[in-house]
Amino acid sequence: MGYVAVTGGQEAIEASLQHLTYERIKEGKFIDVESIKATMRGFLDQVMSESSLYSERLAALAMKQSEGNVEEAVFLLRAHRSTLPRLYYSTVTDARDMFVIRRISASFKDIPGGQILGASHDYLHRLLDFSLVEETEQDVLRKKAEFEAIEVPEESSLTLEKLPKVMDYLRKEGLINEFPLNDEEPDDITKESLTFPSSRSERLQILTRGQTGSVTSLGYAGLRGYGSSHPNVGEVRVGYQPIHIALDEDGDEYYIGSIKLTEVESFIPANISEDGKEVLEFDIGYGACFGQNETKAIAMSILDHALENPENTPIHDEEFVLLHVDTVESTGFISHLKLPHYVTFQSKLEQIRKIKREGVTNE
Amino acid sequence: MNKFPFAFLDEQSKKEIRRAVLKGVAIPGYQVPFASREMPIGRGWGTGGLQITLALVGQSDVLKVIDQGSDESVNAVNIKKLVQGTTGIETTIHTKEATLIQSRHRIPEVPLRSDQIMILQVPEPEPLRSVERSEFKTKQLHAEKEYSGAWLLLFEQIMRYNQTSQGADYPVLVHDRYVMNPSPIPRFDNPKIHNSDALILFGAGREKKIYAVPPYTKVESLAFDDYPFEIEKFEGKACKVTGLTDVFLDELTDEQTGETYYLCNDTSFMQEYLEKRGTVHVR
Amino acid sequence: MFDKPILQIKNLSKQYGEGCSYCQQEDAKLERNFCPVCKTVYACKNISIDLHRGEILGIVGESGSGKSTLMKCLYFDEEITTGEGYLTDYFNGKENIFTQSGQQKRFIRNSLLGMVYQNPMLGLKMDFSSISNIAEKQIAAGNRNVEQMVDRSNELLDKVNISIKRSKEPPKNFSGGMQQRVQIAKALSSNPPILLLDEVTTGLDLSVQAAVLDLIKTIQRVMQISMIVVSHDLAVIRMLADRTVVMLNGQIIEEGLTDQILEDPQHAYTQQLVYSLL
Repeated sequence: MGYVAVTGGQEAIEASLQHLTYERIKEGKFIDVESIKATMRGFLDQVMSESSLYSERLAALAMKQSEGNVEEAVFLLRAHRSTLPRLYYSTVTDARDMFVIRRISASFKDIPGGQILGASHDYLHRLLDFSLVEETEQDVLRKKAEFEAIEVPEESSLTLEKLPKVMDYLRKEGLINEFPLNDEEPDDITKESLTFPSSRSERLQILTRGQTGSVTSLGYAGLRGYGSSHPNVGEVRVGYQPIHIALDEDGDEYYIGSIKLTEVESFIPANISEDGKEVLEFDIGYGACFGQNETKAIAMSILDHALENPENTPIHDEEFVLLHVDTVESTGFISHLKLPHYVTFQSKLEQIRKIKREGVTNE
Repeated sequence: MNKFPFAFLDEQSKKEIRRAVLKGVAIPGYQVPFASREMPIGRGWGTGGLQITLALVGQSDVLKVIDQGSDESVNAVNIKKLVQGTTGIETTIHTKEATLIQSRHRIPEVPLRSDQIMILQVPEPEPLRSVERSEFKTKQLHAEKEYSGAWLLLFEQIMRYNQTSQGADYPVLVHDRYVMNPSPIPRFDNPKIHNSDALILFGAGREKKIYAVPPYTKVESLAFDDYPFEIEKFEGKACKVTGLTDVFLDELTDEQTGETYYLCNDTSFMQEYLEKRGTVHVR
Repeated sequence: MFDKPILQIKNLSKQYGEGCSYCQQEDAKLERNFCPVCKTVYACKNISIDLHRGEILGIVGESGSGKSTLMKCLYFDEEITTGEGYLTDYFNGKENIFTQSGQQKRFIRNSLLGMVYQNPMLGLKMDFSSISNIAEKQIAAGNRNVEQMVDRSNELLDKVNISIKRSKEPPKNFSGGMQQRVQIAKALSSNPPILLLDEVTTGLDLSVQAAVLDLIKTIQRVMQISMIVVSHDLAVIRMLADRTVVMLNGQIIEEGLTDQILEDPQHAYTQQLVYSLL
C-alpha cells in the first residue's frame, strides 16, 4: 500500500459551505431583509438582546443568513461586534424619560399614570390562526388602512412620556430600602475580564446579554425553591429610551437615537434593622434588556437580587450563574465536542491499556 | 472580507490582547485574565489561540495551523482560512517555514526555533478546577502557591491504579512557581515545553485567560520522587509508512483486513520525512 | 512541670458585624453575646489561653459560647478581629501568627497544627481514598515521596485501629466513628506539635465515643502531643483534660486544673454544669 497524505479538509469545508448555501435557497423562495425587519419583531428583539448589539437591520440580516437559527444569528452579531471599536459610552439615562408603549404593575390595581397594556401576547389565546396561511400583501395593506382609519377619541390624551415609576410611590412612603445613587462609570465586561467577587454593573451586563432560555430557567429555579428571592413585579415598562453621548466631560450631550427597552423592577421583601428595630422593607431586583423581552427581564430581576444576596444555592452563586448564561460561551463549548479529539483519546487509551496490563496491586 | 479590519479585530482589542501576552511572558505560567472577544468561529473551537494569533500577526508572518497534529484537519483549515482571509498573509504546512504556529492538542515533531512563536489553544486553563470549582478560590490558591490539590489528584490515581492516570493535559510546574495546564497535548509533548527555544503562548477564549512560557524556562511535569513522570509509549509499534518509532502515533484500522496499524500523528512531519528520502515507503 | 507555653493566645476577639456606639461602650448590656442595637455578634471576647507541651487543655461551654469559633480562629478557618497568637515552633514564638500572610498561615496549618472537626465532611474528602486523605496533609507539608507517605499513613491507620486492608476505601463507606478515626490519623500525619479537637465525639454512640476518647488519650500519652479539646460535655473534658477553661457568651468565666474545677466550681454557670454531671 502506497502512502497518500490525507488532504482535502479544505475541499470538504468548501463543499459543506456550498451545501449550506444551497439549503437556504433550494425552495426557490426569497425574503428580503426589510420584510424580516418589518414582521419578525420578537425574533429581532431576542437576538438584539442576546447579542448586545442594537441594530434591527443587522439582526434581520443575521436572521436571513442563519435561516432563522437564533443561536447562529446571535453568534454572527457578537462576532461582528468584535470588529467595531468602542467609541463612546452613553450618558446616564433615566427610564422615567422613556416613551412608554406598555407598562404594567402586578403589585397595584391601579398606578399613577395608569396600567397600559400596549401590544402584548399575555391575553392572547394561543390558537393557530389559519387565516394567516392565505394572507396576502393586499390583505395586510387593507387591514393596516382599517386600523389607521380608526379615530382616536378626544378624551384619550394619555401621557406616554415622563411617567412616574411605581417604585417612587413606595419610596415616598419610606418602604424601599434606600441606597445612595450610584452613577459611576460601569465596569465594561467587553473590555475587562470578569473577576470575582463581581461588581453589580458586571452582573447586570452579563445577565442582560444572557441567553433568554438560560436566564429564564435560572430565574424560574430561583422561584421554585433554589433561591430565596420571591418577587412581586412592581413594574414592567417597555418603550423607547432616548440615548445621549457626551463628547467630553463637560461638553454638551448629543441625542443619538432611541432604543426599544424592557425594564423591570421587582419588589422583594427584606429584613432591615433600623435603630435597633427589625423592620420589613422592599429590596429592588432590577432587569433591563434591549427590545421587548419581558420574561427575560423579570427573570433577570430575580437573579439580580439573588446575586446581591449570596447564599449557598446555585441561583445565589455568582460564579454558577454568570459563567453559564452566555449563549456564545455555552453553545460554543458544547458544540466543540464535535471536534476531533483523537490525540487526547490516544493518550488516554495508552494509559488505560497500561493500567489494565499491569493491574493494580492493592495490598 | 475586506469590510473588516486587518486581522479582524479592532486595533484597541489587539493592543489589549498583546498587553495580556506581555504580562503572561513576564509572569511565566500565570493566567492573565483578558476580555476575550467573540470570534467568527465557535467559542471552544480555538478562539483563545486565534485571538493571540490575530493580535500578533503582521504582514510578513507565515502561519501554520494544526489540529490533532494535522494541517488538513477541517478545524485547522478553517482557522487558517479566517486568518488568511482577514490578513492576506502566507500560510504553510512546513513547521520550519512558519513564524507563527497555532495548534490544538499537539506541538510539532520538528524542533522549534527562537524566531518562532507557538500558540496553543486551551479549553480549560485551570489545573485546580477539578478540586476547586470556584474561580475566586483557585485564584487565591495560585497566589499562595498552594497546589496540594493537584498533587493529591495524582496521589489518588497512584493509590487506585498504581500509576498516574492523567492522559493529556498533564499539569506542569513553571519556573518553580505556577502550576499550569499545558493544554490537552499528550504527555509526549510536555518535555518540549521545558527550555524551549521558542516562545509558547496559551489562549483560552471561553475562560478568558492568556498565559505564557517564555523561551528557556524551566517546566517540570508534576511527579512524585518515586513515581517519575512518563510519556506515552508505543512499545513495539512503529509508523507503518516511515517506520519511525520516536514520534507520537495515531492508531488506525485497516478497513479491509481489520488490522490495527500506526501512522505518524504529525502529518506534515511525515510528509517531509518521505519527501527527503525521495521515496514512498511501501510495506 | 511546665516550661514556656507551646501556644499562647492573647486577647483574641472575634466579632461578626461592625459594632456600634452602643455596644462599643465599656459596660454595654448585651443579650448574651449579641448587641441588640446593631446585631453584632461578639463570638469571642478577649480570650487569652496558654497551652503547654504535652498537655490537654479542655474548653467547655454550651453551644453559642464561642468555643468552636475559637477553634476555627486557631486553625485559620475564620479570620480573627483582634488579638495575638504565638507558637514556640514558629519563629521561636516571636511572630504573631494571626498577622502572617496567607501562605505562612497555610504553612502553620499544614505543618504545626492538626484539626479534627465535629463534622467529618469538613475535615475529609469523602470521595477520595482514606489513605489519600491522610496523605493530603503530608503533601501539603511538602512531602513528594509516595512510599514514605503510604508507610506513614498505614502506620497511622494502624494506630487509630483501622485495618490497612480498608485504606483505599473512601471515608463515605465508613461509620461515623471510623470517619473520626480517619480524621485523627489525618490530623496527626504531618506530626504536628498541636492537635485541635472540636466536639469530636458529639453525635457518636456511647460505646463508639468511649473508644474514640480512649484513642485520643493513648495518642497523647504515646506521642506527647499537645491538644486543645472542645466539648459541651463535661464528661468528655473530665476524661481527657489536664486543665480546663469554661466559656460562656464568648468569654472565659473560669479556668484551672480540671479536678479543681470539678470539685470546687466558682462561677454559678460552672456550678450548674458540674451538678448536672453528677
